[in-house]
Amino acid sequence: MAEPRIIIVGAGPAGTRAAQACVAAGIRPIVIDEGRRDGGQIYRRQPEHFTRPYEKLYGTEANLAQAVHGAFDAIRDRIDYRPETLVWNIADRHVWTANQTIQAALPFDALLLCTGATDRLMPVKGWNYAGAYSLGGSQVALKSQAVSIGHRVVFMGSGPLLYLVASQYVEAGAQVAAVLDTSPFSARVKAMPDLMAVPSVLWNGVKLTRVLKRAGVVVQHGVTPLEIVGDADTGVSGIRYRDGGGKEQRIACDAVAMGYHLRPETQLADLARCAFAFDPLTRQWLPERDGDGRASVEGVYLAGDGAKILGARSAEASGKLAALAALGDLGLPVDKGEMTSLRADVATYARFARGLARAFPWPAAQAAALPDEAVLCRCEGVTAGDLRAVMRETGAKEANRAKAFSRVGMGRCQGRYCGLAAAELIAAEAGIPVEQVGRLRGQAPVKPLTIAIGDEE
Amino acid sequence: MSGASDVMIVGGGLMGSSAALFLRGHGISVTLLETDLIGRQASGTNFGNVRRQGRAIHQLPLANRAIAIWRKSRELLGADIEYLQSGHIRVCYRERPELVGAMEEYADKARLEGLDLELLSGNALRDKFPFFGPDVLAGSYSATDGHANPRLAAPAFARAAQKLGAVVHENTKIIDAQKVGEDFIVTAADGRTFRAPILLVTAGAWGNALSSQFGEPVPIVPRGPNMSVTEPVPYAIPPAVGVMTPIEEETVYFRQVARGNIVLGGSTRGPSYPDDYRAYVLPQNTLSQLKQIRRLAPQLGKLNIIRVWSGIEGYMPDSQPVMGPSATTSGLYYAFGFSGSGFQIGPGVGETMAEVIAKGATDIPMEPYRIARFAAQG
Repeated sequence: MAEPRIIIVGAGPAGTRAAQACVAAGIRPIVIDEGRRDGGQIYRRQPEHFTRPYEKLYGTEANLAQAVHGAFDAIRDRIDYRPETLVWNIADRHVWTANQTIQAALPFDALLLCTGATDRLMPVKGWNYAGAYSLGGSQVALKSQAVSIGHRVVFMGSGPLLYLVASQYVEAGAQVAAVLDTSPFSARVKAMPDLMAVPSVLWNGVKLTRVLKRAGVVVQHGVTPLEIVGDADTGVSGIRYRDGGGKEQRIACDAVAMGYHLRPETQLADLARCAFAFDPLTRQWLPERDGDGRASVEGVYLAGDGAKILGARSAEASGKLAALAALGDLGLPVDKGEMTSLRADVATYARFARGLARAFPWPAAQAAALPDEAVLCRCEGVTAGDLRAVMRETGAKEANRAKAFSRVGMGRCQGRYCGLAAAELIAAEAGIPVEQVGRLRGQAPVKPLTIAIGDEE
Repeated sequence: MSGASDVMIVGGGLMGSSAALFLRGHGISVTLLETDLIGRQASGTNFGNVRRQGRAIHQLPLANRAIAIWRKSRELLGADIEYLQSGHIRVCYRERPELVGAMEEYADKARLEGLDLELLSGNALRDKFPFFGPDVLAGSYSATDGHANPRLAAPAFARAAQKLGAVVHENTKIIDAQKVGEDFIVTAADGRTFRAPILLVTAGAWGNALSSQFGEPVPIVPRGPNMSVTEPVPYAIPPAVGVMTPIEEETVYFRQVARGNIVLGGSTRGPSYPDDYRAYVLPQNTLSQLKQIRRLAPQLGKLNIIRVWSGIEGYMPDSQPVMGPSATTSGLYYAFGFSGSGFQIGPGVGETMAEVIAKGATDIPMEPYRIARFAAQG
């Protein structure tokens, strides 16, 4: 029998551990990744000639980052690694890739989607000004390019990344004006039993807040963002918000980093025609999978934060587990005991992740409260008022219908950044549960694809 | 019985929606039934060409009727469907110089039907349209054609019809249609029934499922358009652009919308699945389209596409629609199978069908569209 063709999309913690399991089974998988180097977002590697130490780059996560990078380096020669390559479509059991203008259609017997996550963003008036970044974007600037997004930065939103990136900025010597968390402190206390599932990670979180405290950074809980103050020409000049006590506050800054925990990158699962289900806790649509990562479509496996936000540690376990499931399904011998132990690890991290979701909830009501003049969809420049007007005129209250009429989610990012907030706004405006609004259908290409594709032939 | 009216229309695309609007104009009560949402398939996913040139000459009276409606669409509908009368240029390649003669011949015939076309080549063509590649030999320019937004058009017609009293039921999949006595009774999947003495079938690729119930099967084939759109760039290309060629793969077209995105279409068509209500763009078809677009306008190679899409269209073997009264059943009318080129004529079809139903006659030549032309094959 010919060697099974296994394709892994993503070279972060899940993709790396999946590839490692394939190599251990004597298979040479294809590993496709958009990044210039392996590591994914969380363990993004600095450019080759940069020499900052792991401790400096990854803080509390240095050992994990180093282990994942080491694992990848060790199998580098035994995989078909395709960096800087976009999977832009999936059809007829082929993935279609683009590396600049070079295109390929690669057949697979098993496809492991380890596509990772991006920031979950909540629009706020003024978030379209120069100087407003996602938390992920501001972290990339620091990790990859060793630059800060501004001279005086406010971190706003919720979730562990808020504290992680703010503390990384502090440790890099940047001026952090404030950390404004929309979640009330009480939510964190209530989530404590679940968070205790992984005490070491909880302890890391505590350490992050200590870094901020030591540096004298103002940290506020239960805030309501009102506006990123600024103008189109000169960018961000401050931030306006209501504090936990309901009092309006203003802080001067020239950059804002925003994010509300993370959302999985599920478009490839969608293009592979996997079934999705609504997750009420995170208020997101997630691709369905069994405990080992099998999607609803035969031969497609999902692992890591690209399937559900469970964190980088879980991604390593679920990446390996999904690979073992795939290898077993392809008739190769796998260690059943190891799979059992990986399942237990994933369950533990799932409990912790549930705690995080409860500690740092998505502030859905803010989408509903967006003022009409606030830009909702940055790609297409659609305001909250534009969408409301379209709904009034057309009666549209399904995500794709509202998109067709208003252009919300129709731009370069295909709603990856505004789609969740737009759904909340539609739900509030129509007076229906957000799951009834549905989800934006993924369409190829997942990211912009050059018209010059294939030109060299 | 869920509803009764003078006319029942099954199929809420552009044909059905505009027919509903114009029937209300005749004071006729009308119920419009749509399986999914108004204008979601062929009507909403097509290229958006509001183009008369290139149509069969016998379609031009219908196209002329339609253009008058497009021009007044904003007032008629109380909505902006992004109609731009910004011209249409159809070109041929150097490899096929014989097509210049065909363009001239077409222009002569079209002029008699009231469509003026300007033939351009060499510097005149390149001065006016500097974006064409070196393979482009000559073109036929129609200043009075243009384009509009398909996502908005059919729903705007349906809303305008509703404002005038038409009853519109979305999410109403009709699974059975019968004539009982003087009335048609149609049944939805959820058991609701609707009744009217006149039934108009504007069900696109699904039209055959209904015509067959009246003993008139037609050889319709569902396919899906191959569409892409670029990121927005500064507005610079007013006309819709298309290629005249006998080779399907070379048949590409593009237009720039006012917002700046360039919509690309053609080269091939993909499979579509009417039973599942889905159509997919095959990746190889996207690549073939982009290759042909580079040939037509090389500078577009510098842009990115950000989205592709398709929909469900019904194609007839002779590329002409089924339009007019049933040959078997009185009170039954059809307008479907527009074979991937129904958008421009859509409002004209609606107005004409309303006229036929209200007055029993029309000046528009209907002979080429008779359903009976397939009877011999049945």
